[in-house]
Amino acid sequence: MKQQTRTLADRQAKPLTKLLLGVLTWIVVLIFFFPVLWMALTGLKSETDANTSTPHFIFKPTFAQYASVWKGAGGLNGLPPYLEHSVIVTVVSTLLVLLLALPAAYALSIRPVRKWRDVLFFFISTKMLPVVGAIIPLYLIARNLHLLDHVLLLIILYTAINLPIAVWMLRSFLLEVPAEVIEAARVDGAGLVRQLRRVIIPIISPGLAATALICFIFAWNEFFLAVNLTTVNGATVPIYLVGFVQPEGPFLAHLSAAATIACLPVLLAGWAAQDKLVRGLSMGAVK
Amino acid sequence: MVNVVDSAPPVPKVRTARPGRRRSESWIRRVPLVPALVFMFIVTQLPFVLTLWYSFQRYNLNFPTAPRDFPTFWNYAQIFGDHIFRTAVLNTVLLTAVPVIASVVIGVGIALLLNRYVFGRGFLRTLIISPFLVMPTAAALVWKFTILDTTFGVLNFFLRPFGLGNTNWIGQHSQLTIIAFLTWMWTPFMVLLSLAGLQSQGEDQLEAARVDGAGSWRIFRALTLPQLRPYIELGVLLGSIYIVQAFDGIYIITAGGPSTDTTNLPYYIYQTAFQAYDIGRASAMAVIVVIATILIATVALRLISSIFSEEGMRGR
Repeated sequence: MKQQTRTLADRQAKPLTKLLLGVLTWIVVLIFFFPVLWMALTGLKSETDANTSTPHFIFKPTFAQYASVWKGAGGLNGLPPYLEHSVIVTVVSTLLVLLLALPAAYALSIRPVRKWRDVLFFFISTKMLPVVGAIIPLYLIARNLHLLDHVLLLIILYTAINLPIAVWMLRSFLLEVPAEVIEAARVDGAGLVRQLRRVIIPIISPGLAATALICFIFAWNEFFLAVNLTTVNGATVPIYLVGFVQPEGPFLAHLSAAATIACLPVLLAGWAAQDKLVRGLSMGAVK
Repeated sequence: MVNVVDSAPPVPKVRTARPGRRRSESWIRRVPLVPALVFMFIVTQLPFVLTLWYSFQRYNLNFPTAPRDFPTFWNYAQIFGDHIFRTAVLNTVLLTAVPVIASVVIGVGIALLLNRYVFGRGFLRTLIISPFLVMPTAAALVWKFTILDTTFGVLNFFLRPFGLGNTNWIGQHSQLTIIAFLTWMWTPFMVLLSLAGLQSQGEDQLEAARVDGAGSWRIFRALTLPQLRPYIELGVLLGSIYIVQAFDGIYIITAGGPSTDTTNLPYYIYQTAFQAYDIGRASAMAVIVVIATILIATVALRLISSIFSEEGMRGR
């Protein structure tokens, strides 16, 4: 991606065609990006500038909305507690996923168990099953265990959501570790934990990072489980967002500022690690 | 949930195990797998067994003391006479198939554009992945209130010169709204996959075809499209898995409405369970959805295992 090689099609095309295709590319991409840009812009407006039928493209930017999102205003809570829940749930579930997935991926690639193929497909088949198929018992079990509206509940469930993806991804990275390296460590008498720590993890650390990124994205953005199983004490950022839509009074700038904060962590991480995204999203199929 | 794996065609073995290894060794090999397997089993399979059990009861949280009549087929009988359920099935198909197809077509198109030399290509690539990264909840709210709103929405402002400035998109074109939202969100995913596919294409092969006098369209049909095929298949497969469960956008933008125009199965089950508190009926619907999913997934898994064959796919 980084090397901007001129492909054959480029060299053959007429200059005008090239220019038009370039302009078209920019227009199409900007249309797709526009909602994100509009969200960021509206968040920097005053409510007077945001709530107009003729949109203001030129305005005096203000961070007032960000301040009130942070502190809470007009009977609304501030964002920090929700942000805290989101961070805890995302970080802990991602760590748990890696902790469970790495040994499992090892047993499915480097020293495979006998029915490794069936196990691999068991993991992926759980991903195909609709969450609605489990939400009712999950709700009732959580209620009986007093786990409703608790971060621990979301931690467990997000781990389950991301574990299959992580197993598939990590397996694809483990398959690339040279067999001789692991064999040498084993001959030296290294057990599983030492093999992982001394040999494997250093080699596949980019893969671990890519896996963590994907888990982070899915956990941070998850809504269905959060909205059905939490209200206040375990509620994450998406719940905060839907909670403060007010039927009366202008709130567009306020909403946009909150939405921008909510999107920023994943946007920044995704932009920074974009060359790792394809492999992660395809669960390791596309290298 | 249920093992749909047996029918999957063989994937080439990566490292063949030595024959005649001892029993104890095969147990040691399983140890690293156990925590993940047990965890997944408890969290994803157990609830489904309970769903199945509830589906044969008349169980409504509004009437906790009412007799549950276990076992009863009452819930299933209700569902088969329920026209909203049929609508929800059709809506699910429509609101999955159209966004998947649209995002693949647009995604391949954008990938073809971005695969050329374009000024600021890296920057454009960074921008195009954004819709997929933003929190769906946040995006849905922004779409609903700042873009699609009849009065304050910026879309109607742009459309005013074309005489469409007063369109009530969410109210009058709710299905189109949801389709557009899902397509917008999933196109970047298809772009990334297609770009990976395009970059795995050999330049010399294209060069040879061109020397032989093949036109752009023929090269696209005969060389590029077959090259992209596994990437597109993977995109369709993974896109469908996620889009069929679409909930955030529907919950926020249309709330399944107007009437039941955008009520898909996840949303209808959500309404039955968490607004009508009819646990029995919602469970029965969930069971039907899961059975349908297993049937479809059996086919899908065959496709996956052919995609994830040993050679893998090379991109970038």
